[in-house]
Amino acid sequence: MENPNEIATNELCYHCGELLDNVRYRLDNHDFCCAGCKGVYKILSENNLCNYYSYNDTPGERIQNNSHYEYLEEPSIITQLLAYQHEKASIVTFYIPAIHCSSCIWLLEHLYKINNSIFSSRIDFLKRQVTISFKHEEISLRKLVETLADIGYEPLISLQDVVKENSKSINKTLVQKIAVAGFLTGNVMLFSFPEYFGLNGFEAQFQKLFGWLNLAFCIPAAFYCGKDYFTSAITSLKHKQINLDTPLALIIAVLFLRTAFDIIFAAGPGFADTLTGLVFLLLMGKWVKQRTYHHISFDRDYRSYFPIAVTKLQNAKETPIPIENVAIGDRLWIRNGEIVPADAILMKGDAWMDMSFVTGESESIHKVLGEIIYAGGRQTAEAIEIEVIKPVSQSYLTGLWNNENYKANSKKQNFNDSVAKYFSLGVFIIAFSATTYWLLKSDTQKAWAAFTAVIIVACPCVLSLSTPFTLSAILSIFDKKGFYVKNTDAIEAFAACDSIIFDKTGTLTTADNSELLFIGFLDYHEQMLVASLVRNSAHPLSQQILSNLSCANYLPVSNYTEIPGKGISGAIHNRKLYLGNASILPETLKNIHNNGVHIIIDEYYKGCFQIRQQWREGLPELLNKLAKNYKLHVLSGDTDREYSTLKTLFPRNSKINFKRNPHQKLEYVLQEQQKNNKVIMLGDGLNDAGALKQSDFGIAITDNINNFTPGCDAILTGKNIGLLPNFAALSRDGLKVVKISFAIAILYNCIGIYYAVQGTLYPLIAAVLMPISTITIISFTSIATHLFARKNKL
Amino acid sequence: MNILYFLVGCSVLMAIIFLAAFFWASKTGQHDDVYTPGVRILFDDEDKSDEHHISKKSTS
Repeated sequence: MENPNEIATNELCYHCGELLDNVRYRLDNHDFCCAGCKGVYKILSENNLCNYYSYNDTPGERIQNNSHYEYLEEPSIITQLLAYQHEKASIVTFYIPAIHCSSCIWLLEHLYKINNSIFSSRIDFLKRQVTISFKHEEISLRKLVETLADIGYEPLISLQDVVKENSKSINKTLVQKIAVAGFLTGNVMLFSFPEYFGLNGFEAQFQKLFGWLNLAFCIPAAFYCGKDYFTSAITSLKHKQINLDTPLALIIAVLFLRTAFDIIFAAGPGFADTLTGLVFLLLMGKWVKQRTYHHISFDRDYRSYFPIAVTKLQNAKETPIPIENVAIGDRLWIRNGEIVPADAILMKGDAWMDMSFVTGESESIHKVLGEIIYAGGRQTAEAIEIEVIKPVSQSYLTGLWNNENYKANSKKQNFNDSVAKYFSLGVFIIAFSATTYWLLKSDTQKAWAAFTAVIIVACPCVLSLSTPFTLSAILSIFDKKGFYVKNTDAIEAFAACDSIIFDKTGTLTTADNSELLFIGFLDYHEQMLVASLVRNSAHPLSQQILSNLSCANYLPVSNYTEIPGKGISGAIHNRKLYLGNASILPETLKNIHNNGVHIIIDEYYKGCFQIRQQWREGLPELLNKLAKNYKLHVLSGDTDREYSTLKTLFPRNSKINFKRNPHQKLEYVLQEQQKNNKVIMLGDGLNDAGALKQSDFGIAITDNINNFTPGCDAILTGKNIGLLPNFAALSRDGLKVVKISFAIAILYNCIGIYYAVQGTLYPLIAAVLMPISTITIISFTSIATHLFARKNKL
Repeated sequence: MNILYFLVGCSVLMAIIFLAAFFWASKTGQHDDVYTPGVRILFDDEDKSDEHHISKKSTS
């Protein structure tokens, strides 16, 4: 039985599990797919860390590129990164996206074996963070990061992650409040039981003690645990609005006053158990609503896309400076693969900018000396020198985040808040009419009892619980399917939308499975020549060509040269080969303009490899389904060469727009919203960032959730895009569930109010009614959402 | 039955002690990461002599 497995694993790289091609790297009887994987294995085996491979098969990840870490020697950057520093040791926390299995935990917690200047390292697996304490006299931060990168765990260091230190404390105080509320509820219940079960004369002496104890427990419940409701109610009243917290605060106040009155004047047992139970349940609802995705950030902006530091040229010397210190007039040195951080003028070198993330244009753009290069472009050729003309925060691209439009409708009213108004009004009408009735009968005691009881019983507690429970159940169904929604409010917004705007590149098409197309003809020997040449290059295109050719053996290459971003050349058996883009073609072939990798062997043009973008799987079905409920639009930053294909994919009445820049995309969304359309925006890059933020529900599509995604309301993994109609249907059903449970809650309230208006509400009834209605609602919502999920095939 | 006064005091005190313990745990970050320790405990022990050797080196 074991044999087939063994054969299968022999075909995989021992380190990363990639399928092995014909070129293999061998060490200690293990096969590796590339020099990088072998290098990692070598380091680990030298340091006795081969246990790494025993916990999981092929735990590693292929090393992507070698970055520059010179900036980690700048003191100003070091202090920004370090969490703690004293004479001997420093502590730093890194976010490492590559952490994914128990082997990673094991290896990263044994870093001290690789370098004994590292004292200890601790992993937080869910947050993908490692906290390392090290002797900074013996190992510099740069060396530390390089060590991590060498073993395949390159930390992601970006400005925003440095700044990241929020929301954690808020969550902590909520947990503490829940703990206190739970403690109070438990104790109050204990001391209320004797009262409900009846006390005989002898035990009656304790009644007073229990009453005063209950009152004492109510004070922290109302004023510590319930404090947020009062502050929220007061601020919303100041803005002349009523949110759901307003009636809740009123009820907490009335419960407390009534309890204090009853106990101080010995008029009854008070509603201490209802008060503490209510606060406890409310806080639980709040906690359920707060859902945190440790590994996903929804509020990323340009700062997490940009590097933390850039190389500045000063007196012909390269010095790394933090990105926020980049000033107008600075000369920057941008290497191959680095990002231009601010709008700048090209001063030296040949710029081939990959602007795909900024504009959606998939082909790299050639810039000549003196031309303006916009921030966000990635240099794909040799290093260039640029002069900054605008500070980072005011660049063309970053301007998207400063746009005033966003602030306008940042506060969206949800169902709860809109109902709260009518609910409070209804409760007040009933309460006052009951009071006036008893006052007319000149029974002041009953009037007071009825007034407080109505308010207590009509508690919208269920309303404030059913929404978080329903919507968070939906959230967890969604994230099992690779759809991560920011919070429960976003689901309500999602359900209300009626049009969808698609970005093209990266959203409708996928970057990963792009097809390689060869135009021309190569015989077998020529294929071998090409394969032997591209084998030497680490460029992703070269790798793709290599895997496409699949040759059995390779020939030795001499005079190999690589011009970054342009192409490669070399000689094999006295035959000269050129592979590269149009810019390296000899003068005689200048009429060839199409993009792709052109091949020239012995000065004969042989043809070219072209990458064809591939539409995501199941796109026609998806669009057909969506067209039933939504108006569809396409907003592409690309040229219109795919127009005819899009025309056939999309229903006839959908609008297809090309060559839209990021600001135009934002404006387009605004225009749609002004026509009273609720807009879902699907996008993937920085060029959609403005539109995503402005839309009512912005979905960022990504093929790997660790990759950068612009700020949005939800992140959807590309392979699940086909489920989008199901997600939408479930979110609408979710709102239905919330409304039904609201009706159930009103039913319970009617029973309570029946007793309350008569002024005969005994605390036991309130104390029993509340938990029962809560349990009914919570079980109803969870069962209903799961039934709806099954109905929608999720 | 006067003993009840004492017992009630005891029960409240006990509950307060547990609450304080929870606060302490939450303040010292024991709830921050509830996943990793569960994985960590499953790792085999290292070769002790080797470990000792290294820790000696790093402290010297």
